[in-house]
Amino acid sequence: MNAIATEVTPVTPRKPWKNTRATLKTATINGFFSAVLATALYTFTGLDGILGWYVSFIISVMVVMAIVSKVTGNGKSIADQVAPVVISAGFATVMIPWISLIGTVVQRGVKGIYTGFFTHDMLVNSMDEPLNVGGISHAIIGTLIIVGIATIIAAPLGIIAALYIVEINGKAARFVRFLTQAMSGVPSIVAGLFIYSTVIITVTHKNNAFAGSLALAILMLPTVARTSEEVLKVVPREIRDASYALGATQVRTTLRVVLPTVRSGLITATILGVARVAGETAPLLLTSQYFVRFTTNMFNSTMASLPTYVFGALRTGTENSLARAWSASLVLIAIVVFLSVIARLLGGRSTGRK
Amino acid sequence: MSDSISTDSTTESFVPSITPNVASVTTEHTSRNAENLEVNGTTTGLEARGVHAWFDKHHALEDVSIHFPQNTVTGLIGPSGCGKSTFLRLLNRMHEFIPKSAMAGEVLFNGEDMYASHVNATDIRTRIGMVFQKPNPFPAMTIGENVLAGPKLAKKKVENPDDLLEECLTRAGLWKEVKDRLKAQGSSLSGGQQQRLCIARALALKPEVLLLDEPCSALDPGSTLRVEETIVQLSQSMTIVIVTHNMQQASRVSDYCAFFLSDGGPGRLIEADLTTNMFSNPKDERTANYVQGRFG
Repeated sequence: MNAIATEVTPVTPRKPWKNTRATLKTATINGFFSAVLATALYTFTGLDGILGWYVSFIISVMVVMAIVSKVTGNGKSIADQVAPVVISAGFATVMIPWISLIGTVVQRGVKGIYTGFFTHDMLVNSMDEPLNVGGISHAIIGTLIIVGIATIIAAPLGIIAALYIVEINGKAARFVRFLTQAMSGVPSIVAGLFIYSTVIITVTHKNNAFAGSLALAILMLPTVARTSEEVLKVVPREIRDASYALGATQVRTTLRVVLPTVRSGLITATILGVARVAGETAPLLLTSQYFVRFTTNMFNSTMASLPTYVFGALRTGTENSLARAWSASLVLIAIVVFLSVIARLLGGRSTGRK
Repeated sequence: MSDSISTDSTTESFVPSITPNVASVTTEHTSRNAENLEVNGTTTGLEARGVHAWFDKHHALEDVSIHFPQNTVTGLIGPSGCGKSTFLRLLNRMHEFIPKSAMAGEVLFNGEDMYASHVNATDIRTRIGMVFQKPNPFPAMTIGENVLAGPKLAKKKVENPDDLLEECLTRAGLWKEVKDRLKAQGSSLSGGQQQRLCIARALALKPEVLLLDEPCSALDPGSTLRVEETIVQLSQSMTIVIVTHNMQQASRVSDYCAFFLSDGGPGRLIEADLTTNMFSNPKDERTANYVQGRFG
């Protein structure tokens, strides 16, 4: 073979892997027959409403695609043709309630939001008063304080538990892992009851915000620990070996090499923990309860928080108080999203991951 | 294997014999080392005496005795699974990080058993550097931080970090390529550059011995050549032990070669000698077969 390039003949670039006109045509025909079949199903069976039409359409697409690929028999098997449809349909089905939920909260929540909503508390107003007086500043601050203290307690403990399981891998590692798994199944009200009976009844003798933080910390701990464990497991042994081979002790290897490597992962673990507890209501009703005005007194006073504010507003049950509940829910969701974004930005910076 | 040569069963240190007429035909490499051999009888360099290794109940390495003279390059060769890497990791106490591992025998470093109870393992590792098969720069550190990670992790004070940085990168043959981007992530380098970065990182602790575990197995020929040049240069001031699967590489860079083999049981040291002898006139038939590429 004497392949020596002499002249270059002009070539036009093309994309043979893209859909051709023929496949587009097949897709159109599929879609058409699916729609016909779906309408037939919708009309002649018990399927009803938008959801009924959606279900019958998904079923029709699968059936039609299976038939078409069986008849034409070009290339792909029936399974290959139908599987993407099943996956996409599953994804769309999962997204429906999610979008519906966010949409409803935004739609009903924006009504009660005005600038004063973020700067006033409810000291001189009742839940039922018009939506242009009173606000949730006390509940926002309360949630930030209670969840913040819970994070300060639970995140280090969770990460330490994960370090014990992965880095030290001591004799009790399996037991600790079993405990964290069991803890993640604890109902939130049980965490509240536990703190109520051990801290409030026996030590403080009255409800306070710190007890709320403790209850949330109990719920946060397993989430942080298990996620951190998964993150730490990803660090390759070669990285640890490199550090040991440079004469580093295990402590310095963990602090200087392993933890910086997984910084963004540990921050994610903490965010997941925060997101897990930020909306918890039951444990707070038993511990920090609700307070109408702004306070930072952790130990001697009950404290408002967004979930308990929503709970209170719902119990009042008037039109205005329900609107307040929706608005506070919207703010709660926004805060969790905002915190996640901030933490992502902090964690993503200079971690060395591409 | 019971009838194999004496190195298998002796617990005396193996010192490659060298005769004047052999030295006269050796390359400039080995003639340089002829001086070193004269101090063999004393306590310099690194010496393994009757070393065994186990992983749980699996006996991986059996009765290896060998001496690595100071400022020489020794290549450890042999088929996969014959215990070369295990042996290498025993030489700077990295073996013990593998759960359920065990060892027997002595490894003398400047005459002292590094497995003696009073010896501090982390101190040994700062004096005996190691470069691994897969380039493993620290992902959360820049190029500069990677090089200086050793002194920092081992809590050693560095008088002039910038000078040390330049010196190590120059000796590893990487300075020209990275001097303008020392603040870039170590992982942004190519595979070959990353491996030289790992060599530079090992050099920052000024080790007396450098252990390399197939350092070029993931590299292209150009990078391999540069790493080999680096190894030859470094051997002027430190003892180097290199595990390699590449016979050409072993013959290019090493002064001595040691051939390991496992017959299904634990790996053993079959033969060790001057590299020129190992390749031209091996004593054991299996060595001859291996270096000529007839198996493994």
